[in-house]
Amino acid sequence: MRHIISVLLENEAGALSRVSGLFSARGFNIESLTVAATNDETLSRMTIVSVGDDGIIEQIVKQLNKLIDVVKVTDLTSMEHIERELLLVKIDVNPDTQADIDRQIDKFSGKIIDVSEDTYLVEVVGQSKKINEFLGSLDALKILEVSRTGVTGVCQKREG
Amino acid sequence: MKLNGAQILVQSLKNEGVDHIFGYPGGAVLHIYDALGAQDDIKHILVRHEQGATHAADGYARASGKPGVVLVTSGPGITNAVTGIATAHMDSIPMVVISGQVPSPLIGNDAFQEVDAVGITRSCVKHNFLIKDINQISLTIKKAFHIASTGRPGPVLIDIPKDITIAQIQEPNYIDTVDMRSYQPVVDAEPKQIIKAVELILSAKQPVIYAGGGCVIGNADQELREFTRQLGFPITQTLMGLGAYPAKGELFIGMLGMHGTYEANMTMHDSDCVIAVGARFDDRITANISKFCPTAKIIHIDIDPSSIGKNVAVNVPLVGEVKSVLKDLIQALKGKKTTDISAWWAQINEWRGVDSLAYQTKEGVIKPQTVIETLYEVTKGEAIVTSDVGQHQMWAAQYYHFNEPRRWINSGGLGTMGFGLPAAMGAKLAKPDRDVACVTGEGSIQMMLQELSTMLQYNTPVKIINLNNGYLGMVRQWQEFFYEKRYAMSYMEALPDFVKLAESYGHIGVKVEREEDLKPALIEAFKQKDRTVFLDIITDPNENVFPMIPSGAGHNEMLLAGRDEMASTNDEGLDQV
Repeated sequence: MRHIISVLLENEAGALSRVSGLFSARGFNIESLTVAATNDETLSRMTIVSVGDDGIIEQIVKQLNKLIDVVKVTDLTSMEHIERELLLVKIDVNPDTQADIDRQIDKFSGKIIDVSEDTYLVEVVGQSKKINEFLGSLDALKILEVSRTGVTGVCQKREG
Repeated sequence: MKLNGAQILVQSLKNEGVDHIFGYPGGAVLHIYDALGAQDDIKHILVRHEQGATHAADGYARASGKPGVVLVTSGPGITNAVTGIATAHMDSIPMVVISGQVPSPLIGNDAFQEVDAVGITRSCVKHNFLIKDINQISLTIKKAFHIASTGRPGPVLIDIPKDITIAQIQEPNYIDTVDMRSYQPVVDAEPKQIIKAVELILSAKQPVIYAGGGCVIGNADQELREFTRQLGFPITQTLMGLGAYPAKGELFIGMLGMHGTYEANMTMHDSDCVIAVGARFDDRITANISKFCPTAKIIHIDIDPSSIGKNVAVNVPLVGEVKSVLKDLIQALKGKKTTDISAWWAQINEWRGVDSLAYQTKEGVIKPQTVIETLYEVTKGEAIVTSDVGQHQMWAAQYYHFNEPRRWINSGGLGTMGFGLPAAMGAKLAKPDRDVACVTGEGSIQMMLQELSTMLQYNTPVKIINLNNGYLGMVRQWQEFFYEKRYAMSYMEALPDFVKLAESYGHIGVKVEREEDLKPALIEAFKQKDRTVFLDIITDPNENVFPMIPSGAGHNEMLLAGRDEMASTNDEGLDQV
């Protein structure tokens, strides 16, 4: 099962490689990983999407907790939470396809953020599932480049 | 007063109570050596190879319970040390390793003797640091010792660029304690889990206590003894746990696992309640995990939450310090009555009757088991015994009956050949009044021979018991059993004359070829209180370690000496190593 794991850790050089090194050394799988500083500049927030059975996810959470720099680990999947991902996609556009593309962008509440003679640069924000569906809807068309941020998320309760 | 970084570093080490550093100088650490040379509180042991420094510090830590301290230079200095760091990491040994680094402005430029020490060691340390600011030196040392020696102990590396050791600042105020928001090891287990554990223990009909290295590292031997006595349950110990509960104790049923006793493994297999105490269900213990303890409920005491449920599913987890958890259990069990387990003991005694450690002696040949038994007799079981890795290690574990903790020092997790000799040196420095024996083989000893020179320089008299059978014995044994006796590259055709070699290093060398010479040679060796004696003992090249659980088999499928001498197994399980 897919899990979103939120990790609060000391904002130290090398903290990212400790986490990514842990995943590769123990053979855990990473679907996406995002990291940035928080409002407290001494702390970073990392959001990891991983797939595994309950035993594997339990080990991932425990092994993350064992890292000396890690302050807190939360498996967001086990609670009410919001997840978001941002997609930037460059699409080939021509008079034959333009109407169809516009329709899809509209349907997925996407934004055209840059336009050239024969390309669109489109931004879509949402759950990974929505972004997958949007990309799927463009399948028949010509996608030139895709860049996704990976998932970030928060739990909905006041104290997470 | 202004001090340079090196001086602050050395003062910080003194504040931690460090009395020995094992190290080797080089360009990046010359300022630190300059500061070390200007003081007398910390004794520096100049090893002959950095791997020797880490193993010696490790032996020192295991014998004394204090963190071992290592100082090496950048580049090859730290890469040579990695094997010893990984060895300590696998066995949860407290260690602080300080490595020099090229000056900060050169980092990343492929400078002379530059490696990414923090990157290279990341997966084999508990934590590591790169010091970027001279003001962080004393705090980093404080944190390193705190992390290395609390919770589940382990090695911590501090990488310090040369320019940081040269820079000067006003001498800092050294702090006494450190509190880290991201590192708060658990001490006590949850009370409701204690209650659950007690219920399970009281209802057990076929219980067994399975105790591991955590009882030694966590100084919980007295609690373990009291707990076992209180319950009257059979107790088995892992390779790492030997000595926490005395081998001569009536309730002890021997070591378990691949080369454990028949009774220990059968007891595990048929048990309905396994109480794991500071043990981690390692693959050498469980054998084929799918056949492990099929009918048992499992109580698991461990300081490391990630050990719980990692290899086997656990019914009652007790996360906390072994010492504290055992105290709570002892208290909670007071006045409670366990189930009558006399039928269980009758069954265990029947298994004991198999006498799985019996071996055949042979005229004109020295059996390695006899050597260890004689060593036990001559030292009255009171020596510290270190070992290398292979058959001799198993024989030492099986036939030297460890009655106290911190007497048995070996590389259990990583299985590092070359560990024994420098570890013996470190143990002797930690416990100068105790006899120290290094049980080794002609393969292992050659991996760290150079430390014989260090041992002369610092006068650390150790008795080296070299079980010389000409073969890499454990490899040869596996080739005999599982590779149809194709002995590929396991025979060393050219060996040095170990007697002359010992003599050239300034020690005493004695060759023992006849059984009747064995005991007198051992007695004479231990009489030489101030000398290292190298006993080169020529042993039976065909002897195998029994009993044995072949890979892929379960605890109830052991090979026994005599009965299964030539047993060949099927291919199933060979991939399990």
